Amino acid sequence: MAERVAVIGIGQTKYTATRGDVSLPGLLREAAFRALEDAQLTFADIDAFVIGKAPDFFEGVMVPEYSLVEALGAVGKPVFRVHTAGSVSGSTAIVASQLVEAGIHGTVLTIGWEMQSCSEAMWALSVTMPFQQQLVAGAGGYFAPYIRQYMQRSNAPDDTGILVALKDRQNALLNPYAHLHEHGITYESVRDSIMLWDPLRYSETCPSSDGAFAMVLSNEAGGDAAAAAGRQPAWVHATAMRSEPALAAGRDQVSPQAGKDCAASLFKQAGITNPRKEIDVAEVYVPFSWYEPMWLENLGFAEEGTGWQLTHDGATAIDGDIPWNPSGGVLSSNPIGASGMIRFGEAALQVRGMAGAHQIDGAKLALGHAYGGAAQFYSMWVVGSDKP
Amino acid sequence: MRDVAIISTAQSKHVRAASEVNEVELIQPVIQEAIERSGIGRHDFDFTCSGSSDYLAGQPFSFVMTLDAVAAWPPIAESHVEMDGAWALYEAWVKIQTGQADTALVYSYGKSSPGDLTRVLSRMMDSYYEAPLWPTSIDFAALQARAAIAAGVTSETEMAEIANRSRTSAGSNPLAQLTSSPSVEALLADEYLAEPLRKHDCPPITDGGVAVVLAADDKAREYCSRPAWIRGIDHRMDGHHITMRDLSVAPSIAIAAEKAGVGAGGFDVAELHACFTHQEPIIKAALGLGSDVDVNPSGGALSANPMMAAGLIRLAEVANRIHSGSVTRGVAHATGGHALQHNLVAVLEGEG
Repeated sequence: MAERVAVIGIGQTKYTATRGDVSLPGLLREAAFRALEDAQLTFADIDAFVIGKAPDFFEGVMVPEYSLVEALGAVGKPVFRVHTAGSVSGSTAIVASQLVEAGIHGTVLTIGWEMQSCSEAMWALSVTMPFQQQLVAGAGGYFAPYIRQYMQRSNAPDDTGILVALKDRQNALLNPYAHLHEHGITYESVRDSIMLWDPLRYSETCPSSDGAFAMVLSNEAGGDAAAAAGRQPAWVHATAMRSEPALAAGRDQVSPQAGKDCAASLFKQAGITNPRKEIDVAEVYVPFSWYEPMWLENLGFAEEGTGWQLTHDGATAIDGDIPWNPSGGVLSSNPIGASGMIRFGEAALQVRGMAGAHQIDGAKLALGHAYGGAAQFYSMWVVGSDKP
Repeated sequence: MRDVAIISTAQSKHVRAASEVNEVELIQPVIQEAIERSGIGRHDFDFTCSGSSDYLAGQPFSFVMTLDAVAAWPPIAESHVEMDGAWALYEAWVKIQTGQADTALVYSYGKSSPGDLTRVLSRMMDSYYEAPLWPTSIDFAALQARAAIAAGVTSETEMAEIANRSRTSAGSNPLAQLTSSPSVEALLADEYLAEPLRKHDCPPITDGGVAVVLAADDKAREYCSRPAWIRGIDHRMDGHHITMRDLSVAPSIAIAAEKAGVGAGGFDVAELHACFTHQEPIIKAALGLGSDVDVNPSGGALSANPMMAAGLIRLAEVANRIHSGSVTRGVAHATGGHALQHNLVAVLEGEG
């Protein structure tokens, strides 16, 4: 039988547009030390390191892990680098989890990170390559037409995106680590913000952030020891990854099959048949407001064409029956190479009862979700306060 | 641990510049060949994993388009590492160990020809103290070669002998890029490129790729008459800053070797990812290999060095020899980073 996996330590940096006061190693160390402190361990206790980030071009360093190894106390140990586009640090957490699950290592430190202030991510994503589809102007420009297609199919009210952005940015006020703390935000201020990629307004779009998120994963013995010491672990109940090509004929980019398949595999492994009822809280990768209703449907929380109703009914609000992104989500903090792990880790914080002001009372089972590329790469996990 | 084996492999013809194809076109036929040789249906792989580098491709998320080469429709369970394909194989091996997969397709590729490779690789150095100086990968390797010679690990004559032996061996490898060598005396008469390295001490710049199929337990026996079983596999990283390392040794190789079970010995063949001649003795010493082991019969990375693939090719070359029955037990080594910083060691074995 595979080894059970527990999240016993979590650490993150304050997300901000330009960190400025730390080097790349300094940024990772800050998150790593906080995770180790939470787990009451040191670098010497870590058997392996699994690191994820989005394109190396964002910082201008090719495979930066090579020059981070001393700062992470990882000399002489296994260091592994994952890169699966925007879903990367969800995938990274899954690779780390599998090292424990397979019984190869007992304690693994995993880190997702990005220092986007080193470059201009939107244009870094917009290079023109021969014989390839042009992204035009960053991810928003790419996704906007699919959002319009969703609006047309579902007849969702035009202001659905405004409501999502308002909710997530208000949630962010409860999360001290969130990048955007817009105390004066209102429905009107979101509505009146400048239109970037119709129908996406400035306030419906993720920021560009510096930041890192780290987790210590351990085997069952490590999880039991943390629990015995009064530190609630988050137990990994299921993990899944799926990918599909960017340009396959017949792809539905509004509700991609890879996302559906990934969720189906995940929920089957976790024994979940009705995610809206059984999951207490979800941290889902929503970088542009309209992806909340789109993912509500893609992940099976709502029937096709009805996801927007949950948003309008307040079901996904922090006091709703299925809160989505109580941390403020990607819409409030987006260090791309960390954003997936932030979702996974925030889900873990919720079931550990350690989410602070944005804690969902009594959360026992939580979903972490990430996606990337042309809505084609998916990584997801379900964590719980009880053992699977 | 589950028994996992390499059951089929394929490589491109390695060339200086595959100018007429892009990365997808380069790797797609290789993947197709590995799949066909395995006998497993194209859509029947439980997991797919690849290794490549955005910096070589000159594009962020370059692997996204390359996914087209595996026909990932319907959607597949898939992952990617920004490292040599040997580490993609490691991730696939881990996946199989969890019991979530019985078969896996692994591939990696690199086209170095469009850029100035030795300068591109300088972007892999510490971004505050080293990269701003734009040292080439050959400059870094020369520092290591000098340290190795000073420590008595090797000599310029031995390095020339390694170059001569590797490229002569490559004469029997139809996929290699460099397949012959001048005499050792002629090599030593050449001028230095970066003292103590001469041109023959350095790898060629190569475009190419490799694909490998893994299968576990009975699946491996079902699809392969003589699977190359992975008896042990481990990877480790040394420090980065060259002033903080003894470049004449590779401690991370020794640790990985111990974890992979290299100490038991009995190897017929070793495929070592020595990009520069002086690295072969450093690797051999860390692995504890004696003179009775046939080293790099394929010609090694000195004869074909497609970045991000040359490490996985070492595992494939050992596996090929086990599949054919010409050897029973071999050790493969892959490296990443400068001056042998990141190392993977695998022990492969055939039965009977």
